[in-house]
Amino acid sequence: MNETKSIMIVGVGGQGTLLASRILGHAIVSQGYDVKVSEVHGMSQRGGSVVTYVRYGGRVDSPIVDKGQADVILSFEQLEAARYLEYLKPEGTLLTNTQQIDPMPVITGAAAYPQDLIEKMKAAGINILALDALALAQEAGSVKAINVALLGVLSNHMPFSENVWKAAIEACVPPKFLEINQKAFALGRAYRED
Amino acid sequence: MKELMLGNDAVARGLFEAGCAVASSYPGTPSTEITESAAKYDEIYCEWAPNEKVAMEVALGASFGGKRSFCAMKHVGLNVAADPLFTASYTGVNAGMVIAVADDPGMHSSQNEQDSRHYAKAAKLPMLEPADSAECRDFVKLAYTLSEQFDTPVLLRLSTRIAHSQSLVDRKERILPEEKPYVKNPQKYVMMPGMAKKRHPVVEQRIQELTAYAEKSDINMEIIGDTRIGIITSGAAFQYAREAMGENASYLKLGMVHPLPEEKIRSFAKKVDTLYVIEELDDVIESHVKKLGIAVHGKDKFPLCGEISQNMIASVFGKDPVVGKSLSEEIPVRPPVMCAGCPHRGLFYTLSKNKVMVSGDIGCYTLGAQAPLSAVDTTVCMGASISGLHGFNKACGEKSEHRSVAVIGDSTFMHSGMTGLANVAYNGSNSTVIILDNSITGMTGHQQNPTTGYNIKGDPATKISLEKVCAAVGIERVRVVDPYDLKACDAAVKEELAAEEASVIISRRPCALLKYVKHAPPFLVDAEKCRGCKACMKIGCPAVSIKAGKAVIDQTQCVGCGLCKSLCAFDAIKEGGASE
Repeated sequence: MNETKSIMIVGVGGQGTLLASRILGHAIVSQGYDVKVSEVHGMSQRGGSVVTYVRYGGRVDSPIVDKGQADVILSFEQLEAARYLEYLKPEGTLLTNTQQIDPMPVITGAAAYPQDLIEKMKAAGINILALDALALAQEAGSVKAINVALLGVLSNHMPFSENVWKAAIEACVPPKFLEINQKAFALGRAYRED
Repeated sequence: MKELMLGNDAVARGLFEAGCAVASSYPGTPSTEITESAAKYDEIYCEWAPNEKVAMEVALGASFGGKRSFCAMKHVGLNVAADPLFTASYTGVNAGMVIAVADDPGMHSSQNEQDSRHYAKAAKLPMLEPADSAECRDFVKLAYTLSEQFDTPVLLRLSTRIAHSQSLVDRKERILPEEKPYVKNPQKYVMMPGMAKKRHPVVEQRIQELTAYAEKSDINMEIIGDTRIGIITSGAAFQYAREAMGENASYLKLGMVHPLPEEKIRSFAKKVDTLYVIEELDDVIESHVKKLGIAVHGKDKFPLCGEISQNMIASVFGKDPVVGKSLSEEIPVRPPVMCAGCPHRGLFYTLSKNKVMVSGDIGCYTLGAQAPLSAVDTTVCMGASISGLHGFNKACGEKSEHRSVAVIGDSTFMHSGMTGLANVAYNGSNSTVIILDNSITGMTGHQQNPTTGYNIKGDPATKISLEKVCAAVGIERVRVVDPYDLKACDAAVKEELAAEEASVIISRRPCALLKYVKHAPPFLVDAEKCRGCKACMKIGCPAVSIKAGKAVIDQTQCVGCGLCKSLCAFDAIKEGGASE
């Protein structure tokens, strides 16, 4: 594969996006691709908006994804999906958790959380899959497994077999949380829109 | 087998493979993980120093002592370490010495956007700049070779996108360099005028020799594609340029950004129709090319501020990128906030309520500047809170002393607050200094410091007492408060502001994110008692919000600090954990 594929993982600091990108990176490396994973540490960890860029292919140059270049955006939160929407390729796919987390300007009343974002994005012609990943994580046994549940959803948009993902999860998750995470992944992978 | 490695981890891998034996650093985003990662190799002695100047001097001493040494810092840290840097250029090294400096174009986590390449030029030191993780590892190893070959410390320049990007690296073995026992040599290592005068020409000669190296080394390499466009670039900017232009341009990729070659640039310029320099921040390469009398485009096309990107480059060359759809909707910003249960919150609420001028500093607590606390008046650099407050009070007079405070974290105080406090005592201002002691270096991701009682490996270490340091530099009024106790905070602030002498309040409670900190069950709101007065919203806790006119506490975020409860006049907030 010569063409570089670009994936963005976006969410709120503390939601576990970093583990998701670690597992994803591990899976890609195991399949022999060149890959770059880029994220910003520091300030953004304190409940701010966080973004991870994952790019893979025959030879990857830039570590970042620019506007209009993401094949897939995996969003952990609705507002963050809307924030990074313009990074999506016109033919790209947005996968988003329906969870809403109020940012500080909304908490203080300086701004309002936009209503009906999913519907508005659909109306704008975005190829979107929205799901309640928190419910999947709870079903798997821990709300913290939301990241791996979402990764399961993403896996349907990537050319790797289930075993590749299972091995990557096993390599990145501590043994005592492995069962819950494998279950969360399976639930995400099996998820289909009603 | 190649593995995915963070640029910073790859630098640490390079230290290991090059046989580095001593590393001393002060944390600073985006450089922090280098030293954390190096500390995982038992073969490398690693430490957190109180500041970058100390770290660099430790590394220089280790080099004199005969071991390959290292220090890492962010760009502004190099300002702190600039003093040893310039003279280390004169002394040179014994064993190899490498200094990593991580710039932050775009200011993801910094107070300015300075370009550290100027330091290489000013101190006349070689500087290498990797463009991915494999180069991070390789350039560290090359840097040690050059350091010993040319008798010079070598700077390794990183930027956020290189330090915090992962790419593929294949591990290699650690190879120990030959022994370099210390030999007394005052002509080289004692920099007083008589000796230093003889060393300066050595430095000038060395930079000539390094320029000759830059001419022939393949660290500066040509990649020839379409020769209508020629691009001289380095680091992350090279990756953006190649992403945007691919084979539609030719490149001169500079791995050594100081000293810059001349012939190599002339030769490349001749091969291409139009020459461009693409570099983030300042016009360092461009100025050099212009000095050679070569026509070149640079900052007339690309910005001095912020990061460059592949789309920006494509646009400059007339390939307008396809941009995705966006909603017309206003998307509220999501700035970083103090965490739920953050011990700084109670203190900043108290300062905000008392309407004092707050001379701020660098750390998580800089977030106290944001709404709704909006408590911080100034933030400049590490340590400037205390010294700045002293100056402010000298300028504004006695009245100001009763209405202003400095706030500084435990780690920042050890870094460069102590000298400012000594100045307060010695030169007599009745300043009130608040040390926000959360028992860790917080913003950079939990590093130990001299006040925590542990070293970089987590082993017990001498724990320096903040109370004793304050007393030792001449402050007699020192008191400790718990920032979860708003009444005690208010009393302490009022009393110390009223006092007719300098004083220190230590606001002490460990960071809520520390693993050993036990959290109380999340608090609950009694919706019948809640009047929706929003008093609990004044502390800016991310776990508290108003839904349908009533306060709501997010049960996944709340750590039960109880601050919101102490603000509720209607007893509507109750402790969690009780059965329904």
